Amino acid sequence: MKGLNTALGAAGLAAFLALGEVVPRVGIVKEAYFPPTSRIASAFWDELKDGAFWSALGDTLTGWALGLAIAVGAGIVVGVLLSVVPHLREATASTIEFLRPIPSVALIPLAVLLYGTELKSVLLLVVYASFWQILIQVLYGVQDVDPVAEETARSYGLGTWARVRHVLWPSALPYVMTGVRLAAAVALILTITAELVIGAPGLGATIAVAQASQAVPEMYALIVVTGLLGLLINVGARTVERRALAWHQSVRGEVAV
Amino acid sequence: MHALLDVSGLNKVYEGSGRRVEAVRDLTFTVDAGELVCLVGPSGCGKTTLLKCMGGLLTPTAGEVLLSGQKVSGPPPGMAFVFQEYGRSLFPWMRVGENVELPLKQKALSKARRRELVADALESVGLTDAVGAYPWQLSGGMQQRVAIARALAYEPDVLLMDEPFAAVDAQTRADLEDLVRGLWRERGITILFVTHDIDEAVYLGERVVVLSASPTVVQEQLKVDLPVERDQLHTRVAPRFAELRTHVYEQIQAAKRGTLPVQDRLTKTDTPPLR
Amino acid sequence: MKRTLLRVLFAVALPAVLVALWWLASDGSTDVYWPPLRTILKTFPDVWTGDRLKTDVLPSVLRLAAGYATAAVVGVALGTVIGSYRRVRAVCEPVLEFLRAVPPPVLVPVIMLFAGIGDTMKIVVIASGCVWPVLLNTVEGVRAVDPVMKETALSYGVTGVARLRTLVLRSASPQIFAGLRQALSIGIILMVISEMFAATDGLGYTVVQFQRSFAIPDMWTGILVLGLLGFLLSVVFQVVERRVLGWYHGLRAASRRSP
Repeated sequence: MKGLNTALGAAGLAAFLALGEVVPRVGIVKEAYFPPTSRIASAFWDELKDGAFWSALGDTLTGWALGLAIAVGAGIVVGVLLSVVPHLREATASTIEFLRPIPSVALIPLAVLLYGTELKSVLLLVVYASFWQILIQVLYGVQDVDPVAEETARSYGLGTWARVRHVLWPSALPYVMTGVRLAAAVALILTITAELVIGAPGLGATIAVAQASQAVPEMYALIVVTGLLGLLINVGARTVERRALAWHQSVRGEVAV
Repeated sequence: MHALLDVSGLNKVYEGSGRRVEAVRDLTFTVDAGELVCLVGPSGCGKTTLLKCMGGLLTPTAGEVLLSGQKVSGPPPGMAFVFQEYGRSLFPWMRVGENVELPLKQKALSKARRRELVADALESVGLTDAVGAYPWQLSGGMQQRVAIARALAYEPDVLLMDEPFAAVDAQTRADLEDLVRGLWRERGITILFVTHDIDEAVYLGERVVVLSASPTVVQEQLKVDLPVERDQLHTRVAPRFAELRTHVYEQIQAAKRGTLPVQDRLTKTDTPPLR
Repeated sequence: MKRTLLRVLFAVALPAVLVALWWLASDGSTDVYWPPLRTILKTFPDVWTGDRLKTDVLPSVLRLAAGYATAAVVGVALGTVIGSYRRVRAVCEPVLEFLRAVPPPVLVPVIMLFAGIGDTMKIVVIASGCVWPVLLNTVEGVRAVDPVMKETALSYGVTGVARLRTLVLRSASPQIFAGLRQALSIGIILMVISEMFAATDGLGYTVVQFQRSFAIPDMWTGILVLGLLGFLLSVVFQVVERRVLGWYHGLRAASRRSP
């Protein structure tokens, strides 16, 4: 069964690539706008040989990783704090509900003014967007803590810090991992966005340049790279999630925010 | 006179991932109109498979099921099915009334007639007040009543019930058993009731069909000659009840061990031993 | 009475404090990038006149609505087909996983190639970014319809369109709404970016213009409007979701009470 599905999937992919080759050549769409798969593939190969490409990739990954790390750290700390200090969560609920849906792209003009094309403008956007993903999931996770476990811990005289370590954290961990996965995807989107729109160094900027200079196959090749990057991050995040939670009987479905 | 339901030579084999499981080998029996027949057998003997084949939800590998002489090849409009998992059979996004009404929309009936059938069915199960509630607001027993009401409103010729009370507590089960018998007597529907509970089978049924262990065949059929009027208190302590029940139990034990020879095709038998 | 008062107090307290802090901290500010809150609020009605709302905000919102609606319809329709047939899903899965992993903003330069910089481009960009969460969540939701419910529908002869309408889509609706929610965030991002990148009108365009011409208080009002828009759309979405999925919240609450 599984073998058959993999085969079907591979067939689907092959068909997609074949269509990508045939449709532009036959003339259904303009070749100038949709280069055939083979042309994109060769541009892809050229990029891999280009040093500038690798440096751009490095810049993107740096922005992504740094922004994600800051967001995860801040999100967890704030999340735990809000859950542990009595009444703080209620007091902050309205503020969170208001700030959360603010699109981080609204901050782009501000970022440009403050930091221009430095890494910091990328970080501003990435951290702002990813932070909320983590925070929301941490709050969900804490909400889901088994009240019986919590009371048991309290009755055994465990102090706040001990309760956080032994009851709160393990229960919330699956949610935190979901949050990290969602935040990782969001972080990539915002990194590329910042580079694309602001011009900070990275894959996004290279794509903008390719578009401006009408280097169409190169543009598509770079887009494929971002897609592969996104795929890798998704798969990587899921693997980490599975490993970290191998001991945890997680029967939740994915709750999208 | 031919029977309402005619099962002959029913055979079902499951094939998958290299394994071949013969769930049902050869089942043959009939059900006349207006009967209340209970099927019992050891666990895993394919009772659910049999019922689903009869209801057209599964296609048999061999043999056939005839409803009023017509071959059953898909769920026929004359049959209604009551599942064991009531919580997953009622649609949680619809209220009770809408759930009961849903199958009626498939039949070309006027709105007024549908309303009438729904009200009537809910009244028979004692849930007229619950028409506007959501299923998940009700207890397990009440949800199963709704499922029964839904089947009743459909006005089927045959009601197939697949261990409907297995997931309900004992007291509720007793009430529901009486409800089913009451409905059967009032409306004269034909009911085929599958259960693993021997007491329930003897208490409810006019006839009990005992199935063997897998690969399943009909082990025995026996007529329950208890009075038509039954109640939980008195019937269950009647000596005749105990005899019948013990006999069925012995049959099932033997079926599990595979010791007793299997009987040939018979329509009805009268085999309770005389002590 | 006391409880409602307390709840209102909690809801309002922190925001009020934060706004007050912002006001006070920025009051005497001469920093170009951080004008006093007082100035920002004063500039607000001057910048966002009824006229501008019509020429910039309205087109943006309409484009968002068009792109979002297209994505929703296409996503649910395709998702239902793909989710209903196991083989189709197997064939499509790798391609879909790849396409959805592409960060939506990179589509802007591509789509600009053949769609120019007009309304069509923006709507296409928004639609092509929003469709993925809707599509994939619909596939998931349709796939996961309870088999007992499917058998119930089958046994009562509920097939075809009736089955889709009363069973499949309703059962999948919580998952579909999760996808619609993600799509909304992406849609707003794409709306703004497509306008910042290449446009002649719109919210994003306006804010970038302010930034480029160093009209800083105006820029800040623009950021506030964007924030407000995001907030309002989120509220509207939640209201709609609560009505459509009322049964689902009730069901979850009931099953949490008695596992």
